[in-house]
Amino acid sequence: MSSATLPDDPQLRERFSELKPALTAQAAVIEADRCLNCFDAPCTAACPTHIDVPGFIKRIASGNLRGSAMRILDANILGSSCARVCPVDVLCEGACVLHRQNRKPIQIALLQRHAMDAFHGSGEFLQTQPAASVSLRVACVGGGPASLACAAELRRQGAHATIIERRSLPGGLNTYGVAEYKLRAADSLREVEMIRRMGVEFRFDESIESVAALEALESEFDYIFLGLGLGAMQRLGIPGEDEAGVMNALELIAAYKTGHIREMHGTVVVVGAGNTAIDAANAARRLGAETVYLLYRRGENDMSAFDFEYEHAKQEGVQFLWRRQPLAIRSDGHGRLLLDTVQVQQVDQTLLPIPGSEFAIDCDVVVPAIGQSPLAQLIQELRGVDVREGRIVADRATGKTGNPRYYAGGDCVNGGREVVDAVAGGKRAALAILKTAEVARA
Amino acid sequence: MPDIRIRNFAGRINSPNPFWLASAPPTNTGEMIMRAFDAGWGGAVWKTIGEPITNVSSRYSATDWNGQRIMGFNNIELISDRSIEINLREMTEVKKRYPQHAVIASLMVASNRETWHDIVGRAEDAGADGLELNFGCPHGMSERGMGSAVGQVPEYAQMITEWVKEKARTPVLVKLTPNISDIRTVARAAKRGGADGLSAINTINSITGIDLDTLTPRPNVDGKSSHGGYCGPAVKPIALNMVQQIMADPEAALPLSGIGGIASWRDAAEFILLGCGTVQVCTAAMHYGYRIVEDMAEGLDNWMRSKGFASIEDFRGLSLPRVTEWKHLNLNYKIVARIDEQKCIGCDLCHIACWDGAHQCIHLDRVTGPVDGHVELHPTPAAKEAESRASIAETPVSRKEREAAAHGPYPTPLARIPRVDETECVGCNLCSLVCPVDQCITMVRVDTGMPPETWDERTRGSACAVQPQS
Repeated sequence: MSSATLPDDPQLRERFSELKPALTAQAAVIEADRCLNCFDAPCTAACPTHIDVPGFIKRIASGNLRGSAMRILDANILGSSCARVCPVDVLCEGACVLHRQNRKPIQIALLQRHAMDAFHGSGEFLQTQPAASVSLRVACVGGGPASLACAAELRRQGAHATIIERRSLPGGLNTYGVAEYKLRAADSLREVEMIRRMGVEFRFDESIESVAALEALESEFDYIFLGLGLGAMQRLGIPGEDEAGVMNALELIAAYKTGHIREMHGTVVVVGAGNTAIDAANAARRLGAETVYLLYRRGENDMSAFDFEYEHAKQEGVQFLWRRQPLAIRSDGHGRLLLDTVQVQQVDQTLLPIPGSEFAIDCDVVVPAIGQSPLAQLIQELRGVDVREGRIVADRATGKTGNPRYYAGGDCVNGGREVVDAVAGGKRAALAILKTAEVARA
Repeated sequence: MPDIRIRNFAGRINSPNPFWLASAPPTNTGEMIMRAFDAGWGGAVWKTIGEPITNVSSRYSATDWNGQRIMGFNNIELISDRSIEINLREMTEVKKRYPQHAVIASLMVASNRETWHDIVGRAEDAGADGLELNFGCPHGMSERGMGSAVGQVPEYAQMITEWVKEKARTPVLVKLTPNISDIRTVARAAKRGGADGLSAINTINSITGIDLDTLTPRPNVDGKSSHGGYCGPAVKPIALNMVQQIMADPEAALPLSGIGGIASWRDAAEFILLGCGTVQVCTAAMHYGYRIVEDMAEGLDNWMRSKGFASIEDFRGLSLPRVTEWKHLNLNYKIVARIDEQKCIGCDLCHIACWDGAHQCIHLDRVTGPVDGHVELHPTPAAKEAESRASIAETPVSRKEREAAAHGPYPTPLARIPRVDETECVGCNLCSLVCPVDQCITMVRVDTGMPPETWDERTRGSACAVQPQS
């Protein structure tokens, strides 16, 4: 495979300029010097991949940038993208002890990015054990963070790992699904390239959608890791959902990140109030939509988006319509849409429409963003791999499923968390596979 | 209102306050010294006057620490590069305009009697209030038989002091070098030679660092460097010790102008508490400018007010009797560390410091249950850390999960608040020194039930009995 890349688009870069600028070299050292270097640091404990945060920060302070990046990569092979996309307010930076001294927490994400940018900028790649020094072949199905982390860990320890991805670019949601002002698709691909250079094999445009395809995998590989992510986005289940002008949040984000949508105009209504809904609403604003509504059937205290995401959306100029439910989508016959809505009130646990509060929103695009649906049918047909409430049942510490040759991690197991959770799951599975294989050989 | 004027220091030197600029770049010219006096400095020791020298570039280097610039400062600059005539002409001008301020001529000339007599006469004729003999400069000049080459040999120091005293009408201060195994030997020599006062310390021989790209030590002079003189905040503890040594020695003690890392009124108060009559400042003024003296004067005044001291003499030397030899310290005085749970932020630096740098008596067992006793009973820091790295953490994505992650009754989770095993604590202070929170770890006295006893007292009776046979 040649390196997968996307053409550079200056307009996209300008409209989705990074939310937080990188630290300068001196600012990084000053910030690194603020770190207390806690023992058994709470930031490290809070990180799902347990990056040695004070360890990498003090290496920045001493000018050992390469060592800093290595320290990060030891724990988290996607340290570069995690530095950009992690909700650090509820993870490492949220755990920083300086909060309790009424001081600003250490800017861990920016420091991590500083070290990783220096590493990528140096053009260096990670050294690994010689290929197949461990005779173990593992297929990682799905090309997102969980599989990347699993494959990278396997390769690091000398096993053979192949990533099988149904799309034409690797990285999963890191490439297709993260807001461009947080993580550019190009940066996601740069990180994947580092993993490819470690000797991980990639197969693109290959869907595993039949039992026969799975059986072929079983005969080629010793173990199969499932890093499938979640299924397609859920539908609203209202009339008119297939009208032109309706596209779900992940479709919208993937389309602008890959250059298929470069502009939006008029009024956009995003339905839902999670982090992805906010990414889609902000994207619509940045692509040029004059008015963007975020419509949610509950109130702002119920939204699942992180507080900082909500604040960010307000600053981008997104308007919020609380306690309003979509009823139907109609074409107005002139190329625009009408979204019929009604105000609702919560009585006990149910939402009741308020009579007379119906109104139709004139809009150009409706973006459903109410979560991803459970996994594809296929999984349920796998022998011995339990699926419950749409999630693969796997041991948390090892990723082991009911079938001893199948391991799983990431969104398809945890129901949809963050990149860093997927990395942790993928890595834990890799270590468990290596250990099981070693025991089997002995 | 406290009076911080200095009168009759070393005999006849007066100044509006004890803050003098040391002989150094900030006192290079008359113009600079007059600006310094305008800013509030009480006196200035003129940049050392002698036969003009040629300097190199660069001349300074520094040690930064943890993001702070100039923790220590190093120079390879020599004495004044301006002619004796110009320096003395300007000195006359300064004294004419600032008769109330102290102007001290720092002198360094070749080691013969006539040359010293000549320069002493000229400096006094120019109006100097006193003379400071530079026996301390550790670089360059010492290679030519001057500066610390004199200050390291008590006989030379005494001889030159005697020559100067033969001629001088104003007080003579001898500036001492710390680059000697016992600073008292030269202080005593100066006193024997008739000196009216001392200045201490001069700079300490140093190489501040090496450029790891070019492999050249700093400061870089065309690919080479030379040892310099170290000063700034880093040297203050060394200076305080030497000041104490001098002032506690009857054969050495003279009116002393304290020097070494003084940057604030607190530093100044400490030097005065150990017996100094005035203090001299250089590095801090080079870093921030003359304006730093404002807070030095105000701060000292306010502290004296709060302590009820009416004059500098009221507290000068008060801490001297509190420095003693180790053998006179009370062996039965015991303190232990106490951690304030309400203030602890859970960095656990005290735990790791105690385990790896002290006596393994601070533990993280408030949740698992306190265990007092020997080190083997406790999990090691490495085991603790391994345990938490092996745990599974997840991003709290829902509101419910985020609320569940919030803490209990203390601001810091109990599991992270360390506990002191007081039966094992030796009261070393280390934990309270590493703790980043003010007053979180305090050292509390515990009654040992035993009367005070020093090592000296404990061994006095048996000293003869255990005397080895020779």
